[in-house]
Amino acid sequence: MTEILRVENLRKSYDGFLAVNGVSFSVAQGELKALIGPNGAGKSTCFNMLMGQLRPTSGQVFFDGENITGHKPRDIWRRGVGRTFQITGTYQSMTVIENVQMALMSHHRKIFSIAPRAWKLYRDEAFEFLRTVAMEEQADRPCSILAYGDLKRLELAIALCHRPRLLLMDEPTAGMAPSARIELMQLTADIVREQGVSVLFTEHDMDVVFAHSHHIMVLNRGELIADGNAAQVRNNPQVQEVYLGGGTLFKEDSHA
Amino acid sequence: MAFFLAQFLTGLANAAALFLVASGLSLIFGVTRIVNFAHGSFYMLGAFIGVTLMEILPGHVGFWGAILLTGLAVGLIGAVVEMVVLRPIYRAPELFQLVATFGVILVIQDLALMIWGAEDRMGPRAPGLRGVWRIFGEPVPKYDIVLIAITPFILFALWYLITRTRLGVLVRAATQDREMVGALGVNQAWLFTGVFALGSALAGLGGALQLPKGGADLLMDFNIIGAVFVVVVIGGMGSLPGAFIAAVLISVLNVFGVTYLPQSTLVLMYVVMAIVLIVRPYGLLGREEVAGEHGQVGAPETPIRPYGPLGMALVAALIAALAIVPVFAEQFVMTLIVDMIIFALFAASLHFILGSGGLVSFGHAAFFGGGAYAAALLVYHTDTPMELAFLFAPLAAGLLALAIGWFCIRLTGVYFAMLTLAFSQLVWSVAFQWRDVTRGDDGLVNIWPAEWLNAPAPFYYFTLALGVGGIVFLRHVIHSPFGYALRAGRDSPRQAEATGIDVKRVQYAAFALAGAMAGLAGGLFVFSKGSVFPTTLEIGESFDALIVVFLGGVKTLAGGVVGAGFMTVVEDWLTRLEYWRLLLGLVIIAVVILMPEGIVGSLRTLWNRLRHTDEEEVR
Repeated sequence: MTEILRVENLRKSYDGFLAVNGVSFSVAQGELKALIGPNGAGKSTCFNMLMGQLRPTSGQVFFDGENITGHKPRDIWRRGVGRTFQITGTYQSMTVIENVQMALMSHHRKIFSIAPRAWKLYRDEAFEFLRTVAMEEQADRPCSILAYGDLKRLELAIALCHRPRLLLMDEPTAGMAPSARIELMQLTADIVREQGVSVLFTEHDMDVVFAHSHHIMVLNRGELIADGNAAQVRNNPQVQEVYLGGGTLFKEDSHA
Repeated sequence: MAFFLAQFLTGLANAAALFLVASGLSLIFGVTRIVNFAHGSFYMLGAFIGVTLMEILPGHVGFWGAILLTGLAVGLIGAVVEMVVLRPIYRAPELFQLVATFGVILVIQDLALMIWGAEDRMGPRAPGLRGVWRIFGEPVPKYDIVLIAITPFILFALWYLITRTRLGVLVRAATQDREMVGALGVNQAWLFTGVFALGSALAGLGGALQLPKGGADLLMDFNIIGAVFVVVVIGGMGSLPGAFIAAVLISVLNVFGVTYLPQSTLVLMYVVMAIVLIVRPYGLLGREEVAGEHGQVGAPETPIRPYGPLGMALVAALIAALAIVPVFAEQFVMTLIVDMIIFALFAASLHFILGSGGLVSFGHAAFFGGGAYAAALLVYHTDTPMELAFLFAPLAAGLLALAIGWFCIRLTGVYFAMLTLAFSQLVWSVAFQWRDVTRGDDGLVNIWPAEWLNAPAPFYYFTLALGVGGIVFLRHVIHSPFGYALRAGRDSPRQAEATGIDVKRVQYAAFALAGAMAGLAGGLFVFSKGSVFPTTLEIGESFDALIVVFLGGVKTLAGGVVGAGFMTVVEDWLTRLEYWRLLLGLVIIAVVILMPEGIVGSLRTLWNRLRHTDEEEVR
């Protein structure tokens, strides 16, 4: 499989404290990969360095063979990386579909255009993306009144707008009801399969992680302690130590 | 050397009152998030009440007792103002409260005029401290030395109050997270009132303490408010030691400025503020403002959409009505409408960056006055034809906005507002003090339109076409992808940046466009009046625009225009009366309390309720 993302020896220190300490991994084309770990393990720090919100202390990030370390988020996005946030970031003063249209306008480089009416631009295209995440019926509602789970789905539609080749999702199901979690991740898995997008996501819900990811990485205290498929990770003694202090971890059939 | 020391001591003594007033403002802002323009008014009240009390109370005890009583009295007045005026509108959009405090300024001005009369009052000398002490041969007033000695104690007392007492803990907690403090069972309303009263009391104390040095007059409020904002911003919002350092810095600089650079005195502190903010964006000891739910209360903004057929028809009818005015109306009506259109365009340009961009500029007059001056200077010095000079107005204002914006755009929130204010003061002081070119406060006169426009009706149509054209153009931009990107950057800068939008660059371009449109209004203004004076660049001019935008409704598209029209008419009526400030202030306060979403916003809510439509379905 071709490699879409490669991370080499990534480090971030805050006043001497190493939040991320020499992390290296890669994500393959079409892969759905999870990054898990206890609170404070450095997952979000890692994510923010991948997407350019944080500048690494040292180490490198390659997207599609090109070095994107320290590039601005908007530049990394232009290269074909989409992202959703742990706490959703949507445009509250716009309608649902306008949120998607906004991303499309940016994608088509219309940001500084003052001639056309924005609400007419790329409406059909935006509608299709809303349909992908089953939000088309709410297209013309103000974004400010959406339920939280719907905001998460809207954010996914926004992230898909420029047909990214890699999608970074920071805790995509946090704060959602259990049934909605499964639904959203099923949707994501479908998108991966149909569009060939690679997805890297962090997650706390182990049911979600083991049910949907092809590969799982475990981060603890800034260091990667496991990287493999579900069985490998489940049987890794170090991972068991971290998660249950040495007890038995994760029922064999929890993903069934 | 001795002279230097004496100068320095004078500066330190002046810092005492400034620090007191500034620390009060800083406290109020920190907890309630209210930018209290009326803080200078409390300082003025302190001075007048202090004078009155000192006349009644005799001797040593009387003098110092009067100062303390003044603090109590002004604190009480502050509490009443907070409960009556501000408490009803805490849920209004952010910064809306500053409009109410502007109303309070006007009310207090006229009340002070009624009670104490227009004459300046000499402050009584402090008993036992009338003379001077000689320090290395230089005379230093005894009272100055006492003030210098007192100030550190005041700083310490405040510091103790804030860091070591339960009230202080609550105040600091509320500064960080108001909602959490409320959730912990603290009565927010009383905490706010208490803090507002304390802040006001400090301003009153400052006003009374400076009496032996300065006295009391009716201009004190505006004279100090600029310096107070500068001190709070240089020190860092919410930092008491910062305010102290900044007060000393500004006061000492002022004293030396008067001696060595007398022509720069008006602007020196703004230069210092600009430099500090450019180097340290959050002031000397301030911390970055926490983004997020920090006082952004009230209903979310509704999605925008261009007018439907009914709206279009109404606008067309309005324009048609305006177009036939010259046929029947007298000249003063045309003049009033010209004023109204110019002000509406100016307000619409501010509303563009304020409403859609979330950039609160306190210095928008720099571009209005800048445009006016640019055209006037060309005509005055080079006899440029009016048509060309007029085109130069928006161009020059746009370039000025590019220059000023380059520094300001990197800041956010109140710091952005303050830096724009600093730069507009710079522009103002250039117009005021570079007499060779601008003729200072004599202004530039005889700047009349070209022959074909030099009559009421033609100029009326000229203004109508360009003014309304400008407003319509700005509206169109708001509905364009650029306008949407501007709102996206305001709603969620993080998401905007993560989807390819260069938020700062969009804001920079919007700032320049708003500047150019304000300059267009300025160009219309100068040729309608035939003259321009530094007053068009004043803080007051910036605030006028800000107030009508808020009065009209920040979260509506027509807010700026409607607010400007409303204000022009109300002012035209009220200024014929003796105590017009009092009435205008009361009108502003009434609108603010009765229509917390602004005139347009509240009418829209009412309209929606009448139509029995669900909020979310309104399109």
